[in-house]
Amino acid sequence: MYVLVVGGGQVGVNLTKLLLAEGKEVLLVEKDPKRYAQLADEFGENVILGDGTELGTLMDTGANRADVLIAATGADQDNLIICQTAKVLYLIPKTIARVNDPRNEELFQTLGVDATVSSTRIIGSLIEEKIDPGMAIPLMALKGEVEIFQTELEADSPLLQKKLSKLKLPEDVIIFAAIRGNEVIIPKGDTVFEEGDKLMVLAKKEGKEEFKKLFL
Amino acid sequence: MKVVILGCSRVGAVLASWLVENKHEVSVIDWEFNSFRRLPKELEVKQILGMGADIDVLQKAGIAEADAFIAVTNSDNTNLMSSQLVKNKFNVKKVMARVYDPHRARAFQEIGLNIICPTISAAEQLKEFLMKKEEEE
Repeated sequence: MYVLVVGGGQVGVNLTKLLLAEGKEVLLVEKDPKRYAQLADEFGENVILGDGTELGTLMDTGANRADVLIAATGADQDNLIICQTAKVLYLIPKTIARVNDPRNEELFQTLGVDATVSSTRIIGSLIEEKIDPGMAIPLMALKGEVEIFQTELEADSPLLQKKLSKLKLPEDVIIFAAIRGNEVIIPKGDTVFEEGDKLMVLAKKEGKEEFKKLFL
Repeated sequence: MKVVILGCSRVGAVLASWLVENKHEVSVIDWEFNSFRRLPKELEVKQILGMGADIDVLQKAGIAEADAFIAVTNSDNTNLMSSQLVKNKFNVKKVMARVYDPHRARAFQEIGLNIICPTISAAEQLKEFLMKKEEEE
């Protein structure tokens, strides 16, 4: 697999190391000459100097041969345009963007970016989890206002003591996994949830709101 | 007409002045307060301080009721992202972005954005000027 990583900041550099260690072919693209000089010592021919949004740079990387492009700069607008250019001009099959402002995730996906990663959102979610175990913690935003979230069942949860088939779940909501200790349960109609189970839920926006109102 | 201009660049400021003089309602967004100095004093323009590719800032500038959005910051990528954001989230009839890089301009024109590329326009004018002179001589 040939992976292009654009942006030689902390995220891009560590990602490049990780991918190289996994034996993947990786090329890191950095536009600042000073930063590039530092990186060249460490990464040799696995790093090039150039602007990821400029045609010439992407040509030099042999972009049209890449399987995946990851835009990991610190600026959302750059990451979006890097991914879109990669798709439109080079037909790179998969693009992944780092998103700094979590509100941009949905827009990026609407505009054709295949996957988005927002450390802001993930850290926010971790904090929520530590503060309030009964909350719906967003794990991943998907296309079409669909989301995967996690919620931990407390002792007074109305989801306990009943078979899944008897629970009146809102429309457009699926509980697709429950984590109980080290075990992962794929629930069926006769599954009964227990206190402390972590439910993984797939839901549309309205479904999630309804679910929160009824059960959390 | 209600127009939101992103970027109080030279072209942004000139356009804003012209629009106001012609009785249009204009908001200008820039993330550097100093940029607003380019607007003539006493000009009736709503000045919004903030990053442009941000839905809250755009709303503060009145994008929800706007007839047109013009992105003319000095960053091609900011212009491209904000105009796509506006096209996707709001019902604004006329949206245009300035993009200096001709390759990027072409790529985004292909996916349906309205783009003005000053690099291409300037090169074409220069070409015309040079050719004309040659013929006259």
